[in-house]
Amino acid sequence: MPSYDLRVNGSVRRVDSSDADKPLLYVLRGLGLTATKFGCGLGQCGACTVLADGTAVQSCQMTIAAAQGKAITTLEGLGSASKPHPIQAAFIEHQVPQCGYCTSGMIMSAAALLAKKQRPGEDDIRSALEVNLCRCGSHVRVVRAVMAASGQRG
Amino acid sequence: MSAPAEKIRFSRRTVVKGGALIVGFALTGRQTSASAQGTAGAPRRLDAKEVDAFLAVNGDGSVTVYCGKVDLGQGLRIAIPQIAAEELGIGIEKIKYIEGDTALTPNQGRTSGSTGIQRGGMQIRQAAATARKALVDLAAQRLKLKPEDLIAADGEVRPKAGGAGIGFASLLGDRQFDLKLDPDAPLKDPASYTIVGKSLPRPDVAAKCMGTAAYVHDFALPGMQHARVIRPPAIGATLVSVDEDPVKNLPGVKVVRINNFLAVVADDEWAAVRAARELRAQWSEASLLPAQDKLVETLRTAPGITDQTLVDKGTPVSPQPQNARTLAASYFWPMQSHASLGPSCAVADVRADEATVWTASQGTHDNRATFARFLGLPENKVRLIYLEGSGCYGMNGHEDAAADAAILSRAVGRPVRVQWSRADEHGWDPKGPPQLLDIAGAVDADGRILDWRTEMWIPQTTKGLLNIPLLGPQAAGLDNIVGLNPGLISQNGDPPYAADHIQVVVHWLKEAPLRPAPLRSPGKPANCFAVESFTDELAAAAGIDPIEFRLRSLTNPRGIELIRRVAAMMKWQTRPSPGAEAKAAVARGRGMSYVHYKHNETFVAMGMEVAVERASGGIKVERVCCAHDCGQIINPDGVRAQIEGGILQTISRVLLEEVKFDRSRVLSVDWSSYPILRFSDLPRLEIDLVDRPNEPPVGAGEAACTTVGAALANAVYDATGVRLRTVPFTPDRVKAALNSKAS
Repeated sequence: MPSYDLRVNGSVRRVDSSDADKPLLYVLRGLGLTATKFGCGLGQCGACTVLADGTAVQSCQMTIAAAQGKAITTLEGLGSASKPHPIQAAFIEHQVPQCGYCTSGMIMSAAALLAKKQRPGEDDIRSALEVNLCRCGSHVRVVRAVMAASGQRG
Repeated sequence: MSAPAEKIRFSRRTVVKGGALIVGFALTGRQTSASAQGTAGAPRRLDAKEVDAFLAVNGDGSVTVYCGKVDLGQGLRIAIPQIAAEELGIGIEKIKYIEGDTALTPNQGRTSGSTGIQRGGMQIRQAAATARKALVDLAAQRLKLKPEDLIAADGEVRPKAGGAGIGFASLLGDRQFDLKLDPDAPLKDPASYTIVGKSLPRPDVAAKCMGTAAYVHDFALPGMQHARVIRPPAIGATLVSVDEDPVKNLPGVKVVRINNFLAVVADDEWAAVRAARELRAQWSEASLLPAQDKLVETLRTAPGITDQTLVDKGTPVSPQPQNARTLAASYFWPMQSHASLGPSCAVADVRADEATVWTASQGTHDNRATFARFLGLPENKVRLIYLEGSGCYGMNGHEDAAADAAILSRAVGRPVRVQWSRADEHGWDPKGPPQLLDIAGAVDADGRILDWRTEMWIPQTTKGLLNIPLLGPQAAGLDNIVGLNPGLISQNGDPPYAADHIQVVVHWLKEAPLRPAPLRSPGKPANCFAVESFTDELAAAAGIDPIEFRLRSLTNPRGIELIRRVAAMMKWQTRPSPGAEAKAAVARGRGMSYVHYKHNETFVAMGMEVAVERASGGIKVERVCCAHDCGQIINPDGVRAQIEGGILQTISRVLLEEVKFDRSRVLSVDWSSYPILRFSDLPRLEIDLVDRPNEPPVGAGEAACTTVGAALANAVYDATGVRLRTVPFTPDRVKAALNSKAS
C-alpha cells in the first residue's frame, strides 16, 4: 500500500493509504487528531479547517497526496494548555463556543487571518470567516474574540 | 474494559480560587447498569424523589451532582453546579458533575422546552436544600448546638458564632442521605447568594478551544467499526436489490441489509464513505409528499382534521362601533431543519443480553424504552450515555443515528460508530413542522382590541408519545413507535394584550408532510410571528404607534417594563408605521415585538432596525435590541449567550430557511440549497437583562427566538409599507411584495 509522509503539528507522520484521494480530514482524524471536525465533506462549512503552510484550508477538500510536503497545523498543534494561541485564549476569555462543533475551524481561520494581518478590522474578520458556519449563533463573540486577540476592542 | 473517566479540567482566573469544577464525561467504556456504582461505592439510586439520586458526598469532601438533563452547549454544566453548590454551602470547585447517563443519573425528562434550569435545576436545588438541612441537623447533634445556630458553608457545617466546623464527608461518614426530596426544606435567601448570579465560565469551553473536548463524534471503542447508512432516494421507497460488486475491492467493507435498512460497515471510516457512495442499490418509486407550491392549500384541506378550541374568553363587542376596523390575514412558517453543523453520529455496543449506546440525544432516559423495544432487550439492560454532539435544537438526527448504530452493532457483533453525511442530516433529520395561521380581528380608533380570532393548521401530537419514530427500526422492520411529536406548538397563539374577545382554534392535522420534531421554541416562533405581526397590523389600522398600542392593552408590569426598556434602548420615536422613508431606494425602518413565553415563563421585548434594498429585495437586519426577564438569573453570561444565539439562529430561519422538496424527497440537502446566516449577515446585538432574584428562574434558550419574526416583519413594514406574512423573507419574495404594492 502506498504510504505518505505528512508533516502534522511539527512532526512527520507516515500514513498508509490505498487511495491517493483520501481527504486529509479522515487522515487527521485517523491519527487521533479529532479536533478537526467533519461538517459537510463539500467544502461548504469550514468545520474541518486546518492550516496548510499557514493558509486556512478545508481538510475535506485536500487529498492526502496534495497534503504531502505541506506543513499541516490542526487545533491540537496551534497552542498548548500552558501556552494557548492568542485566538484560543481570547475564545476562552470571551466564552465563544456553545456546542463548539464549529470552533476548531473558526479558530484556525482566525489564526490564519491574524498571521497575515496583525490588526484586522471587523470587516476583515467577517470576510475571513465568511465560509465558517455556526448554527448556535456564536458569531458576535467570535468577532469580539478575534478583535481582542489582536489587541483591539470589539 | 474500564478506563479511568476522562476529566476535563478548566481553570481561569474568574473561577473561584482553589480549584476548578470538574466535569466527568462518562467515557468509562462498558459498564452495565447492574454494576454501575456511585462515587462512594454504593449502588446508584436513580429515583428522582430521592436526594441520593442527585447528590453524593465523596470521602474527599467533594460532592458529585448527577443531572438527568444534559448540556448541549447551553451551559447547564456550570449553571446546575452553581445552583447545587450555592444551596448546599460548598465551593463550586468541589463539585463534580455527571450528566445524562441512564445508569447514573435520575430521569429528569428530556432536555427540552427551556426546562433545564426551571425544572431540572430546581429539582436539584430542592435536593441540595434537603441535604443541607440534614447535614445541619447531623452537625447539631455532634456539636450539641441548635440547628439555627449553625451554618453550612465551604463544605462544612459550623457555628454561626464562630469556632470549628465539621466537613460534609465527616458528618455523613460512609452513609448516604436516605432522604426523599423535601419540598419544604428551606431555601437560601437569594440576597445571601455568592455563587448563583455570577458569570462563572463554562467548564467545557477551554477544552473546546484547545481541541481536547470529547464529542460523541470522537468517541471510540476497541474493535469499533465505522458505518454509513444508505437511505432511499425517495421517502417510503423499498429496497429492491443491491449490487455489491462496486465495493468488493474496498478493504474490509461489509454490506448489511435488513429489510429496507441498508448500510456499509468498515474498519476505516473513509472506506465506509466510499462504499456508501459506490454501492449500487435499486429502490422502488415513491411519491408520498405533497406539492410544495400547494402546501398551504394542502394543509387547509387535509383529510381527518380535528378541531380544538384552546382559548375562548370574553365576548365580542356587538354591534361593533362605527369607527371599528376589521382585519384578517394569513401567516405561514415553513418546514425547517435543525441544520446541525455536524451531521449526527453515535456509537453503540450491542451484545446478546445488553446494549450500551453513546449518544448526543437530549433524552437518554426517554429513549431507553424505545431502544429496548426495537432491540428486544429488557429496559434495564439498555444503557444510554450522553456525550456532547454538534448542537441540536430539539430532536435532530442524533437519536436516529444512535438507533442505526445499535442495529448495526448487533448485526456485526462489534461496536459500531455511525456518522451521517451532510445530505443525510439535511434530508432526513426530523423537521420543524409547517404552520399556517389565520388571524381576524377588530380594533377601534382608540386602539381597543374588540375581537381577536386565531385559527391554526398544525400537525397533531400523538398522545403520550415521548419520542419520534426512528428511521432505522422502521426500515429494518423492527418494533418502532408510531405517531407524531412536533412538540408543544400551539402555545402563544393568543395575544398577551387585553381584548374584548379572544379565541384560538386549532385544526389538528392527522399527518405532517415530513417527519416532524420539536425545533427550538417549538411552534412559538411562528405563532408569535403571526400574533405580533397582526398586533402591528391592528395598530397601523388604528393609526397608533406600535409601542403605544401595546402599552394601552398590556397589564403585566414585567412586560410593560421590558417594552419601555426596548423603547429607551432604541430611542423609539412615537409615531405610527409606516415611516416616512417608504419610497427610498434603501428603506430603513424599526419594528418591535413582545412575548410572555407560554404566558407563564420568560418575558421578552425586542426591537429591530432593518434596511430593505428595493432593487434586490434584500433585507439587512442592522440592529437588534432585546430586553429579557427570565426571573432569577443563575449565570448572566450564560443567559446572554443563549439570547445571542437564539436571536441569530432565528434571524437565519426568518430570512433564509425553508426545506425544499419534490413529491419524493427533500431537495435542500447541503449548505448551498439550505443556506444559513453568515458573518456578513450579523446585526449589532444589544441585550438588556432584568434579574429578578426573588422570582423563580425560567428558561433563556427559547423565548428570545419567538420575537424575532414579528420584530423583523414589523420593521420591514415600517420601512416600506409592505407586510411580509410568509417566512422566509427571501429577496424574491420581498421584491414580489414590493412590486405588488407598487402596482
